Amino acid sequence: MSTPHVVISDVTRVHGHDETRVVALDHVSLEIHPGELVAVMGPSGSGKSTLLNVAGGLDAPTSGTVSIGGETLGSLAPRDLAKLRRRRMGFVFQDYNLIPSLTAAENVALPLELDGMRARQARRAARHTLDLMDLMSLSDRYPDQMSGGQQQRVAIARALVGSRRFVLADEPTGALDSHTGEEVLRVLRERCDEGVAGLLVTHEARHAAWADRVVFLRDGRVVDTTGAADDAEDLLASGGSR
Amino acid sequence: MSVRLGLMALLAEGDSYGARLRSDFEERTGGTWPLNVGQVYTTLERLVRDGLVEQTGEADAEGRIAYRLTTAGHTELGTWWTTPVDRTNTPRDELTIKLALAVTAPGVDVHRVVQSQRTSTLRQLRDLTRLKRDALDRAEGTAEGARDAEHGLAWLLVLENLVFAAEAEVRWLDHVESVLARHARDRQARDHRSTPVDGTAADPEHDHAGTAPAAREGTPA
Repeated sequence: MSTPHVVISDVTRVHGHDETRVVALDHVSLEIHPGELVAVMGPSGSGKSTLLNVAGGLDAPTSGTVSIGGETLGSLAPRDLAKLRRRRMGFVFQDYNLIPSLTAAENVALPLELDGMRARQARRAARHTLDLMDLMSLSDRYPDQMSGGQQQRVAIARALVGSRRFVLADEPTGALDSHTGEEVLRVLRERCDEGVAGLLVTHEARHAAWADRVVFLRDGRVVDTTGAADDAEDLLASGGSR
Repeated sequence: MSVRLGLMALLAEGDSYGARLRSDFEERTGGTWPLNVGQVYTTLERLVRDGLVEQTGEADAEGRIAYRLTTAGHTELGTWWTTPVDRTNTPRDELTIKLALAVTAPGVDVHRVVQSQRTSTLRQLRDLTRLKRDALDRAEGTAEGARDAEHGLAWLLVLENLVFAAEAEVRWLDHVESVLARHARDRQARDHRSTPVDGTAADPEHDHAGTAPAAREGTPA
């Protein structure tokens, strides 16, 4: 087994004080290995988004640690944390968050340019990523010239351009119809199969099913985790019965 | 649906014999309904008896007897295609019965029942999704003939059916949990209202059938 790329260790996150005190995460531990996609499910208010934010360094745990690629986020200075986020991880949101005045290639290149890479080099890297994901035909299109599914695929390319090996996706299919949502998840799955570690928050069981593991949260605690894969052929040989 | 109508549907595509009908049936239904060859021959005999199928002739050199659909068989099959499947019978699903009993049985942790079922169903959903993904990859990656492509489509639809069923079960389990949580909150509020200021016990009538509420509905792990 490879070394986990993401290690969330005994993380608790508390919001507010006294009467307004809310425990959003309660001693949550989770590891994600390279090539692994982990889905997080749970009812509203169960702590899914908080877990994603803490894993991505957008929020700090009240106690416990998060490490990405061996770097413990809590021990980094704010500037170094920002740099790590720019270089090592990418985010995918429900509403795509592409810049309307930039083409797909320019949107994908943007994180690299913000990180100090020269524009030409960044565009080259962006086109390489788009090519890897069979999205070259979209490279010169603006967001309003693309469908929702196409925009989300470009957003995944942006999240993974350059050397980023950790993608965090918060309801990435929430604004898409079922079929298009599955197409987007297929792209995400393929990226993980190429060695990327992925954390996917979703409330749709059929979308979580694209992950290797599903972690179920309730009241900030992990109450359920799907284990190792069954032999799918055996599943059907038994008549597909449940 | 019966095996009988499945075999008739295959025979409507062309004459065939028992072993081939069996393998075609399994292939077309993605192996979700395994048949044994004895079951196929027994069914064929009944179809012949009912005048829906007939032998095309004597056994060939390998001892195989081919069958074909009769005109009456074609008519019955046509009726089947256009008649909706009857879903009005009360379902006798084990999970439904199990949870219906669990919510009222004393000492059963319903949350645990729900969680273990959800884990199992989510795993099944994931494994089905892998099969579906493989099927999609195969369909896109090969230059299959039209017939193979149609069989691939049939297989994909069978998988989708299982995916939808598993997904619906997970949604229902989530619904069960939220209903139980709401019920527990309502009862707590009722108990709180009925508890006298001096802290003596609430009216026992509010404790359903004398069972312990915490044990009945369980507490999150």
